[in-house]
Amino acid sequence: MRNIHLERLESEAIYIMRETAAQFERPCLMFSGGKDSLVMVHLARKAFWPAPIPFPLLHVDTGHNFPETLELRDRLVKEIGAKLIVRTVQESIDRGRVKEEKGPNASRNMLQITTLLDALKELKVDSAIGGARRDEEKARAKERFFSHRDRFGQWDPKNQRPELWHIFNGRRHAGEHFRIFPLSNWTELDIWEYILMQGIEIPSMYFSHEREMVDRDGVLLAKCDYISLLDGETWKRETIRFRTVGDMTCTGAIRSTAATLEEIIEEVASARVTERGARADDMRSEAAMEDRKKQGYF
Amino acid sequence: MDLLRFTTAGSVDDGKSTLIGRLLYDSRSIHQDQYEAIERASAVQGNGAINLALLTDGLRAEREQGITIDVAYRYFSTPQRKFIIADTPGHIQYTRNMVTGASTAELAIILIDARNGVLQQSRRHGFIASLLQMPHILVAINKMDLVGYSEEVYREIVADYREFVQRVDIDDVVFIPISALEGDNVVEQSGRMDWYRGPTILHHLETVKVGEGRNVVDFRFPVQYVIRPNQNFRGYAGQVVSGSIAPGEDIVVLPSGQESRVHSIVRMEDDIQRARAGDSVVITVEDDIDIGRGDMIVRRRNQPQITRSIDADICWMSEQPMKTNRRWILQHATRSVQAVVGNVIYRMNVDTLHRETADTFGLNDIGRIEFELADPLFVDAYRVNRETGSFILIDPDTNNTVAAGMIRGAAQHVPPVGRVTTMERPVSPGVVWDDLYIPREERERQQGHQAAVIWMTGLSGSGKSTIARALEKRLFKHGARTMSIDGDQVRHGLCGDLSFSEADRTENSRRVSEAARLFFEQGSITICALVSPYRQDRAYPRHIIPEERFFEVHVDCDLEICKDRDPKGLYRKALDHEILDFTGISAPYEPPENPELLLQTHVLSVEECVDQIVAMLVTHGIMQDID
Repeated sequence: MRNIHLERLESEAIYIMRETAAQFERPCLMFSGGKDSLVMVHLARKAFWPAPIPFPLLHVDTGHNFPETLELRDRLVKEIGAKLIVRTVQESIDRGRVKEEKGPNASRNMLQITTLLDALKELKVDSAIGGARRDEEKARAKERFFSHRDRFGQWDPKNQRPELWHIFNGRRHAGEHFRIFPLSNWTELDIWEYILMQGIEIPSMYFSHEREMVDRDGVLLAKCDYISLLDGETWKRETIRFRTVGDMTCTGAIRSTAATLEEIIEEVASARVTERGARADDMRSEAAMEDRKKQGYF
Repeated sequence: MDLLRFTTAGSVDDGKSTLIGRLLYDSRSIHQDQYEAIERASAVQGNGAINLALLTDGLRAEREQGITIDVAYRYFSTPQRKFIIADTPGHIQYTRNMVTGASTAELAIILIDARNGVLQQSRRHGFIASLLQMPHILVAINKMDLVGYSEEVYREIVADYREFVQRVDIDDVVFIPISALEGDNVVEQSGRMDWYRGPTILHHLETVKVGEGRNVVDFRFPVQYVIRPNQNFRGYAGQVVSGSIAPGEDIVVLPSGQESRVHSIVRMEDDIQRARAGDSVVITVEDDIDIGRGDMIVRRRNQPQITRSIDADICWMSEQPMKTNRRWILQHATRSVQAVVGNVIYRMNVDTLHRETADTFGLNDIGRIEFELADPLFVDAYRVNRETGSFILIDPDTNNTVAAGMIRGAAQHVPPVGRVTTMERPVSPGVVWDDLYIPREERERQQGHQAAVIWMTGLSGSGKSTIARALEKRLFKHGARTMSIDGDQVRHGLCGDLSFSEADRTENSRRVSEAARLFFEQGSITICALVSPYRQDRAYPRHIIPEERFFEVHVDCDLEICKDRDPKGLYRKALDHEILDFTGISAPYEPPENPELLLQTHVLSVEECVDQIVAMLVTHGIMQDID
């Protein structure tokens, strides 16, 4: 049976990528190493085939990455001949642009906004292609494909351009830029089904494995150098997998035995918690995502 | 699994968000954490029960004000289908948002509160859906629980709305009585409305035919991007927006007109044998010709209109009113051109469906404009092809998108409502007008009188046909070559495919005008008896017939007398709502401002009227005095 809805979503995403390359001078593709950005790289390859991807991949590195994602990133970039640019939160800290959070729940998630905006400015990026999807979170349900940011990188939900039919308006003044979201209409399940259909390689921690974990307020965090235990906490060996691969300090795992794509799809289809639901950063307040977005978060 | 995009429209209190929440909740598309977040928020707002509406009211400002202020997209799927909902707010001031949501949707759900019945904005939503050529409309009559699940209330609303729907251009409309709050007929069949045997909302969404809005006939390929990795490969990337293409087929590139043949359709995995509407592909052609972004690849025998002016319906979307004296950027498919307003034809009063004189448009106004373009566009009418019939206007100073446009065709210089000026006629592309083999002048010499067109306009029952018949008889008796075209007769054949909507009336009168012109050229004194209620429609024949040969005759009669005469029983039917869009009752009549002749038939007899017309023809040298 043909997956008509996946074909439509793929065609739409490719259309958006090409529209970006045509309307902008200096696009870049935001690359995190997660499954969504891997799907985006795949779509970008298809969009410009047989030419190489005509824009670089930009990785904002918090320094708290899962090692599996970096390994795959470097291998992929080499394989497809893409250009990769890495900017690190550590550099921003060293240059005094930001201050490291303190305490047991310290995270570099907020800090990466500054690193990102600095990098976009430095590289004169006028269109940053991101993998955000409207189904992820309420504030994103109104996001545009071509999302306008003012000169401070801020998103003003009241000042977004209407998007009609398949006509996208990427006109901008000097200093302004756009975030482009080719996967806007995809759901988590679509991503997984597409990964399966296209045979896209993803980092191993998406699949079920055993790992040392700590349960902190209901969020399962992986053992790493950046997390220290609080009173009463212990590392425990668990059978888990990750549904997203952000910063290790705030990306929660789920207990799961899904070890293949088919099993993951089965699990996602019947899941009771959205994938962002396992992220500690979203749970801080009801409007957490909207606040971060306004400041320039993806 | 296929995909249905639909949009929802309703006012704040119609329960739209609750309906969407209910669809998501009952189809098990809400995750546990989302549910818990709503529980928390519901507790804060202190309204007791779980508030399903909170699921869709996205931004904090909205949650605080309790209203939705922009288009929000929602996703859910069932084993049959994946759904994308464009959730648009329904207040009057947010026409803009509904237009946006509807532009990519195939179905619109219009919510009506059973307690309030059909409101102004329910009509507004229906009108926008018809303007955007939505293939399917689902009218959800909500809050049936608050009217005791009454069949009578439901029937009344259905009858009311049906009457409205017939006045606008909507093909498929389905009515479903529901209670979003209680879940009746949303996902599960209601046990409290035995009198309703139709589908539930979800069942209808799952089974309605998708893809009907897509044009699969006319191949159009706007070039998005040129792919040239090396000297040996040159491909044109884009989306097939309509029709289909295969390797080996002949193509022509617009605007250059260069012809070639498709060599291959390239994909990363493998080459494609046929690319269809909706596919993003790369096309290579056999000849080395110059093609760039903004060009359009089409078939030689099936081309869009190539035009430097367009006639379009627009929805103004900016807080800044439209200024007619400045330049805009018009973005159409992958092409952008500069545009100036040539002519504001009218603004539509969306509530009364009347066309009003206008100089400018403000936020949420809808109307009709002609634009002059600095460079040609390749367009199809929006009703035939959504993708090549749509455009946006951009303000070059702010870069904001200020209007959405739906193309009717190349501009015909339609005179603005309330101000008749000159106009030109449409011509099929690539056709040359050959003069008749026997010129009209020679025919006129032989027959001893000149050709003319007498256009009789007036209310039904005013006496047009009666006068026309008597006039023709008189002229024929005196050896004149005559022809009469009667409004009722053409509706049987020539215009049998047209309705009485505003657009179709215009087309009706255009066809009659053109037919009259052919008889005119053949030498006849051609008598047209047609209600022809709109000034601009009557301006059309005036413009295609030479001056001094066209006579507009206003057959004027008091409406009450027409109703009284009612020769065909039409007024009675119109007053009983059996006929809709009936001029004088439920549709407007714009009397001529300067007719060549005014006949007041409640004062004059038929013979007196004929005398006056003959006298007019004699005075203007069309014929000799026949007495």
